[in-house]
Amino acid sequence: MYYDSMKQLIRLAGRQKKCIGDIVLAVEAEQEDESPSTIRGQMVISWEVMKLALERGITEDIRSVSGLSGGDAKLLFSREPKFLSSEVSNAVARALGVAEVNASMGRIVACPTAGSCGIVPAALLLAKEKLELDEAAIIKALFTAAGIGIVCSLNASISGAEGGCQAECGVAAAMAAGALTELAGGSPTMVGHAVALTLSNMLGLVCDPVAGLVEVPCVLRNGGALMQALLGADLALTGIKSRIPVDEVIGAMREVGEALPESLRETSLGGLANTPTGVRLRRKLA
Amino acid sequence: MGKADSVFEVIGPIMIGPSSSHTAAAVRIGQISLAVMGEPVVEAIIQLHGSYALTGKGHGTDKAIIAGLLGYDAADERIKKSLAIAKEQGMKVKFQNVDLGEDYHPNTLRLLIAGTSGTHFEITAVSVGGGNISIIEINGLPIYLSGEYHTLITIHNDRPGIVAKASSLIAQSKVNISTMHVSRQRRGGLAAMAVEMDQPLPPSVISELEDQAQIVRIIPPIY
Ligand code: SF4
Repeated sequence: MYYDSMKQLIRLAGRQKKCIGDIVLAVEAEQEDESPSTIRGQMVISWEVMKLALERGITEDIRSVSGLSGGDAKLLFSREPKFLSSEVSNAVARALGVAEVNASMGRIVACPTAGSCGIVPAALLLAKEKLELDEAAIIKALFTAAGIGIVCSLNASISGAEGGCQAECGVAAAMAAGALTELAGGSPTMVGHAVALTLSNMLGLVCDPVAGLVEVPCVLRNGGALMQALLGADLALTGIKSRIPVDEVIGAMREVGEALPESLRETSLGGLANTPTGVRLRRKLA
Repeated sequence: MGKADSVFEVIGPIMIGPSSSHTAAAVRIGQISLAVMGEPVVEAIIQLHGSYALTGKGHGTDKAIIAGLLGYDAADERIKKSLAIAKEQGMKVKFQNVDLGEDYHPNTLRLLIAGTSGTHFEITAVSVGGGNISIIEINGLPIYLSGEYHTLITIHNDRPGIVAKASSLIAQSKVNISTMHVSRQRRGGLAAMAVEMDQPLPPSVISELEDQAQIVRIIPPIY
């Protein structure tokens, strides 16, 4: 078995009457010549690390080495939001929290990168609580997310230096949206639409870390991308379809990434990094 | 960055933040350097080039590389305190911002390290993205290894026989070669070989090669 597009992944799942997460796990086991339970066991370890980071992010007083980030997640988690539902606001806090843990040299799971490590864990924890799911369902959903990430990596990029932040936080949002859709009972086709709709909303996002550090705007973007993932999943679950097929959206992401000037691809020469304040912070921290 | 085609390249690695290229990769460079040294490191001068020089501190590159030299892996929470731990253990550490010139990748580190027995190494390494690295020079000799495989490294005098001997020992051990890189300063001068393999070599290979080379190391994959 093999896939390098969402179309193939969706078709394999449809044909075998399985969900995408099962297919991704089966292919991985085949490729690595390992038993599915060994592979699943590795994912259980990753999820344990994610849960610890989720907890630390909203309970501990976190400060990064540079002082540019930390503390926002805990603050947000402790307050009643004005516009978002409490559940969503808490999920955003958790996404920020994991990213803050990362910035403070804590332990995280890159997903797909260290800068975008909060989105998928926060989304899955929200789903677990809201849909009252067991751990096994979350582990399977992580494989769904991984399959989506693999397809994005093969056909576009998951590196901010190559494709801008759409390739990191954008892909993380797409991974989360697809996983949430599957967890909520959506079909493989709906997963595809969730990915397409979410990525469409993230298209063009630049990578412009202030002072070259994975903090500003990275931490914040974990929150924004999580919200896009929730939206994309809800849209797809309602039956709303992406007018552009999912693999074409991923192709567009590659094209946009290639068209981004180097100043907006992790070099910290443009965007927020190049604002007067961004430049001042860089000088101060150098 | 290469294309990720496995699940744990997309969800993973488990690592200490904040940056896979600046932190996790730097730990691995330290770990591999320690393995090349083959004994505890007592002194380290770390030269940071390009973007490592610019943003290394905020990314914790300094702590990460020392953590690797102490033998910690990229998921070890002691990374954050590695500079203090090194001091406690009496490891002398110095950082220098350097310009190695335009031929070098923006994420390049050079380590000048000394071990307990007085052995010195100079190791140059590059972070190529996503936490992946390449060791590109050992003691000034061009070499290539990624640290992702079982790797045989030799430094030897360039004369006929050693490469053939190593190849035949590897073949006898039924080990599959993934990449092989040989280079030399000049004909008959000092030469280096790195062989990346899919399976581990039996340790007996070391003694079989030792009489033909100054340095022989077998390094396990380091993630
Ligand atoms: S801004 Fe750049 S470094 Fe920060 S999360 Fe986005 S892609 Fe990663």
